[in-house]
Amino acid sequence: MKEKLIEVKGLKQYFNIGSPNEVRAVDDVSFDIYKGETLGLVGESGCGKSTTGRTIIRLYDATDGEVLFKGEDVHGKKSKKALKEFNRKMQMIFQDPYASLNPRMKVADIIAEGIDIHGLAKSKKERMEKVYKLLETVGLNREHANRYPHEFSGGQRQRLGIARALAVEPDFIIADEPISALDVSIQAQVVNLMQQLQKEKGLTYLFIAHDLSMVKYISDRIGVMYFGKLVELAPSSVLYQKPLHPYTQSLLSAIPLPDPDYERNRVRKTYDPAVHNYAAGEEVKMREVAPGHWVYCSEKEFQQHKATY
Amino acid sequence: MSALPNKKDKFVVVGSQADHAEKINKPSLSFWKEAWLHFKKNKLAMFGALLLIVLITMAAIGPHIVKYDYATNDLMNSNQPPSKEHWFGTDDLGRDVFARTWEGARISLFIGIAAALIDLAIGIIWGGIAGYKGGRVDEIMMRIADILYGIPNLLMIIILMVVLGQGLGTMILAMTITGWIGMARIVRGQVLQLKTQEFVLASRTLGADSRRILFKHLIPNSMGPILVTLTLTIPTAIFTEAFLSFLGLGLNPPLASWGTMASDGLPALEYFPWRLFFPATFICLTIFAFNVIGDGLRDALDPRLRK
Amino acid sequence: MEKLLEVKNLEVGFQTYGGYVQAVRGVSFDVNRGETLAIVGESGSGKSVTTQAIMKLIPMPPGEIRNGQILLDGEDLVPKTSKQMEKILGQDVSMIFQDPMTSLNPTMRVGAQITEVILKHNNVSKETANKKAIELLELVGIPRAEERVRQYPHQFSGGMRQRVMIAIALAANPKLLIADEPTTALDVTIQAQILELMKSIKKEVGSSIIFITHDLGVVANVADRVAVMYAGQIVEIGTVDEIFYDPRHPYTWGLMASMPSLETVDEGQLEAIPGTPPDLTNPPKGDAFAPRNPYALQIDYEEEPPMFQVSPTHFAKTWLLHPEAPRIDPPEAVLKNRRKLAGTFEKPVMVMEV
Repeated sequence: MKEKLIEVKGLKQYFNIGSPNEVRAVDDVSFDIYKGETLGLVGESGCGKSTTGRTIIRLYDATDGEVLFKGEDVHGKKSKKALKEFNRKMQMIFQDPYASLNPRMKVADIIAEGIDIHGLAKSKKERMEKVYKLLETVGLNREHANRYPHEFSGGQRQRLGIARALAVEPDFIIADEPISALDVSIQAQVVNLMQQLQKEKGLTYLFIAHDLSMVKYISDRIGVMYFGKLVELAPSSVLYQKPLHPYTQSLLSAIPLPDPDYERNRVRKTYDPAVHNYAAGEEVKMREVAPGHWVYCSEKEFQQHKATY
Repeated sequence: MSALPNKKDKFVVVGSQADHAEKINKPSLSFWKEAWLHFKKNKLAMFGALLLIVLITMAAIGPHIVKYDYATNDLMNSNQPPSKEHWFGTDDLGRDVFARTWEGARISLFIGIAAALIDLAIGIIWGGIAGYKGGRVDEIMMRIADILYGIPNLLMIIILMVVLGQGLGTMILAMTITGWIGMARIVRGQVLQLKTQEFVLASRTLGADSRRILFKHLIPNSMGPILVTLTLTIPTAIFTEAFLSFLGLGLNPPLASWGTMASDGLPALEYFPWRLFFPATFICLTIFAFNVIGDGLRDALDPRLRK
Repeated sequence: MEKLLEVKNLEVGFQTYGGYVQAVRGVSFDVNRGETLAIVGESGSGKSVTTQAIMKLIPMPPGEIRNGQILLDGEDLVPKTSKQMEKILGQDVSMIFQDPMTSLNPTMRVGAQITEVILKHNNVSKETANKKAIELLELVGIPRAEERVRQYPHQFSGGMRQRVMIAIALAANPKLLIADEPTTALDVTIQAQILELMKSIKKEVGSSIIFITHDLGVVANVADRVAVMYAGQIVEIGTVDEIFYDPRHPYTWGLMASMPSLETVDEGQLEAIPGTPPDLTNPPKGDAFAPRNPYALQIDYEEEPPMFQVSPTHFAKTWLLHPEAPRIDPPEAVLKNRRKLAGTFEKPVMVMEV
């Protein structure tokens, strides 16, 4: 049995509760993340994938539900010290390499922010040594420490963001669309770096993205979200070979691949939520169709999926 | 390939130099250095800065380079036109206008800068907290500011003058009691905009407390608009002082500010115009200087306005 | 095939505080009537600047077209004044931008934004223009067009707004449509719809399209021909099959190899291109890609490579095609898709110009 690092149980995140424009950004989502794995979370903009990540790391207070980190509730009341400890163990890499680094701070101070907050260096010298080491870890060098973020390219900035997250030696990193703002040639650099770090440091990732081909490559398992709900969760190769939920199927059929022949013959499926035709009172929930392959479906659909699997 | 004789040895694979590719060749430029480069290019703003430097220097040394004291009466030499002896002439009590002008500059600039700095301090803290905390705290703090803002300024100043007596301190207090609100609103707006930026979120996920986020991330990134507001507050304060002094609500003699001098000089405009001309000119020049500097700063500090 | 647009040796530069940026360094290509040319490249490769130069949308100063010709139907656009360009923009050439959220005027009804263009370039009555606007919205696949023309942009979703942008771009029947990353801001399913729309429009209206993107999947979907740009130059140009099934430039190889494919269950690392694109204030000597190129030759660091022609339609700017160069096979990811294409020359030929 693999060790569960993160357990998300019935997580709900509603905005503007009670007002006419209430948004159910995350609506009753449950999943686990095992130690050392990469869980991919995909879906289109507004499906709640980023909100899920941000709620897990407490940037938002959950409306309802639990997030357990090593069996401990993340959202419960906590002492300042416990909270700080938690902040060290869980880190985030952000989407926009231009907005995620403070433009007025030097690279050394950006990377060392976690070191300063948690008092991880005893002297100025030790602090700089750590910064240099982190820069080298992400493939940059010490002479970059005294520069400002705007002097770096997008890929370099994203690596600085990774170095900042690594500075506090986390166990779990939420990567919120870390490559979608980068050029193709640079995306691979960042993905390779993340994988190499995972191997070296035993990191666990939640990788949020809309680029499905990269997600498939980096993830062990993938969850697909649609309008605040998790609709399918499966090991990544299974998800690509046997997508069960019609939304997953439409999403997969829409990815353009770098192969002109494939593109000429591509058949695109569209998803219409009306196909489910759920009856009133029918219980729709995540059901395990095959070991590790969960689909959001009704009992009737469940039987169909099982029959044809 | 006749174009390339004897180049066989050039066609060997040597591979990439990826380390070189990471190198940044440009000189390191901080935000402020870059802003300065932009500011320097703005001729009008540079002229304003130069003018301001001259004015401040003269305020510092002006009263000492003539042998006359700003407060000493010399009734024998009253209302002298500008001459070798009295460069800007004398006033009705025979006081040297040159000495008084620079003494006045000290007071006017002091009032302007002091008022602006107090506005800045209160404004940053008030607006910063309101913007960062948001929700109810923001609501309450900004409503308080709105109410204060609603009280007619002149009325408040007159009441303060009557209660506390005329003087420099009262003047500054009168100006800052509502003056900080503009700054607070600017800071709040900036903070509201910045606090959802990813670098602020990153700092929060690292466990930073509100103080750190406010003073390391939010305020430094709001410095542009804050500085612009600051440079534009100074001339407003100088003008308000002059205006109040002109109305007789200002400083007591023999203290001289440009406002009181202009006020004294007005009745004598027809016969002794220099008594109004000099203080009025310097009020205009100072306000002009601060305004063009403020505009220049706005262009230099806002990346969107940079060409 | 008849040429609609010919760009010859275009050089564009910008004066910045960091120095003079040579954004486009001698680019030549042409676009035939009714074809889609995709320009691929990373940010800073000069792909957007090239097309902005065609539209004369480059702010001058600090920008300048230093050299070259842009011939649209044989007429050079470079010396034209902005007044003369106004006539051409919208009518002969029009553009679709990346961000559908900011490229529509939020205070104007969608219909009015379309009719504005129609009225400007055609001598028609308001009613005719209105009718045309509704037809255009129908053409770009917006349901209930009669109703929708009276709505404001905020009432449209991102994908729908991009459709409106396309309708506006088509309003004056342009001969050339320039689309600058038109689907980058959109979700995959919406992107697929917009790509299908653009292909069907090309068929129906017959416009030529220059499609700028960094997504090779999108390129494979829409393009007839592809130009790959790097550091302000076109390093490879050819038909879509030539670029995807027989790429010759190591940068193109790198791009292909750095993308994971969906079918293969691969372990191990992606073939990333190391380093970052060069700083164009002071472009490197020789081949600009050499410092990031694992196959770089000694000569790449010394002399800029010439263009080599490998088929009537396929050109690549790399010393690897020189007869003296060692035989180098592309990375595995490229090899497994490689095909022998008809028309490829026995040996590459060095040429001066495309």
